[in-house]
Amino acid sequence: MAKYLLLKHYRGAPACVNDVPMDQWTPEEISAHMQYMHDFAARLEGTGEFVDGQALAPEGTFVRYDGEGRPPVTDGPFAETKDLIAGWMVIDVDSYERAVELAGELSAAPGAGGKPIHEWLELRPFLAAPPTITE
Amino acid sequence: MNEVLLRSLTPSVLGILVRRGADFAAAEDAVQDALVEAVRVWPADPPRDPKGWLVTVAWRRFLDATRADAARRRREDLVDEEPAPGPAPAVEDTLQLYFLCAHPSLTPSSAVALTLRAVGGLTTRQIAQAYLVPEATMAQRISRAKRTVSGVRFDQPGDVATVLRVLYLVFNEGYSGDVDLAAEAIRLTRQLTAAIDHPEVAGLLALMLLHHARRAARTAPDGSLVPLAEQDRGRWDTESIAEGVEILQAALARDRLGEFQAQAAIAALHADAPTAEETDWVQIVEWYDELARLTDSPVVRLNRAVAVGEADGPRAGLAALMALDDSLPRHAAVAAYLHERDGDLATAARLYAEAAQKAPNLAERDHLTRQAARLNARRCR
Repeated sequence: MAKYLLLKHYRGAPACVNDVPMDQWTPEEISAHMQYMHDFAARLEGTGEFVDGQALAPEGTFVRYDGEGRPPVTDGPFAETKDLIAGWMVIDVDSYERAVELAGELSAAPGAGGKPIHEWLELRPFLAAPPTITE
Repeated sequence: MNEVLLRSLTPSVLGILVRRGADFAAAEDAVQDALVEAVRVWPADPPRDPKGWLVTVAWRRFLDATRADAARRRREDLVDEEPAPGPAPAVEDTLQLYFLCAHPSLTPSSAVALTLRAVGGLTTRQIAQAYLVPEATMAQRISRAKRTVSGVRFDQPGDVATVLRVLYLVFNEGYSGDVDLAAEAIRLTRQLTAAIDHPEVAGLLALMLLHHARRAARTAPDGSLVPLAEQDRGRWDTESIAEGVEILQAALARDRLGEFQAQAAIAALHADAPTAEETDWVQIVEWYDELARLTDSPVVRLNRAVAVGEADGPRAGLAALMALDDSLPRHAAVAAYLHERDGDLATAARLYAEAAQKAPNLAERDHLTRQAARLNARRCR
């Protein structure tokens, strides 16, 4: 009974095995990919292991406080080095092994040529409230 | 309207329905319907016999649902063939329900959810809140669990150890929704002690009471952890401690030691000490030796190293720690503490920082980070 975040990076992780940009897939391949993700989430809802999931837009902005009375700074004309996170899913599972198993399955989503993309997913445990007894 | 009374009646009402031949999943639905009806009707018209009222209403709901569903005709036949319902031994039924909800075919999280729902009488919503998952997720988890145990015969003897493990999981989850799961686990374990005569059940109840008694002192108002040695012992619940010690002593007297009794004995020695310095660490080490014999868990040996460090000095504690795998959870935290007591502040600060990185929850991470910062500030001065 622990929650994990499955984080889909597009940058920052090693290149995936079946590394063809999505815009070069066929429409059918994209549909198959989407369907796989959808079925995966639906199955986890059925097992009572699904908590939440969202897709994210590819472009984000870094924002920073810039001192009293000044508007916040947003990142400017320097090289684009932000990590790109495509989306995330939160699961609630009985063990770390189960979390790894599910992340492995999600990584097998079909890509170009209908073959699994072997995409790298980051698996991060949630920090929880302390248990009642820890001293 | 007494919600606790309703919840405490749930398992025996459910047990009676199942004993009369109702399918577990259908009986559970019927009992939930009856509870909802009770909440509606009782405030204006309280029944003389609440349990009899619930059994009658739930049984009627069950029969209605069974009749309404043509596909369930087979089950109806089964019910017809049953002898007329007589007075059933409620205590035994409740016990069977504990076994069923902790059945080994269920995953731990399913067993926990089903126990809270069927034995504890909590709503799906309350359980979902407590475990911080969506209600739909918890509903699925519970209905799958019900399907899994639906074919299990109700009269098979269960495994007490499995039930105790499930109850301890509930206890450890603490409190995050509007239901205090630690208190709920104590209530369910207390109820279980009435249904079964087993020293480990008493051992678990004692352990929970002793831990729970110290809860108020364990966190500061801002939510940060207060280590045992720094806790305000005046805030410990002496009544719970006295009850826990009494239950434990009665259990130990029966000479069938188990791991919960041994853990409770350690907790009792902590709870009994008027100050941290006056703690009987030598006896605590002896209990850890017993516990290691019973479980041989590396976590137990890690805790034993802490106790050795208090009883025989930090060098002895570090020596005990050397024998253990340093990938164990909290290994770095223990090593940091022992090095600090040994006067090696640089190593201690480094290990506290490392332990903070590996901490399994926020309160512990913050606590360990503060420890590292405290030592680093002292060294730089």
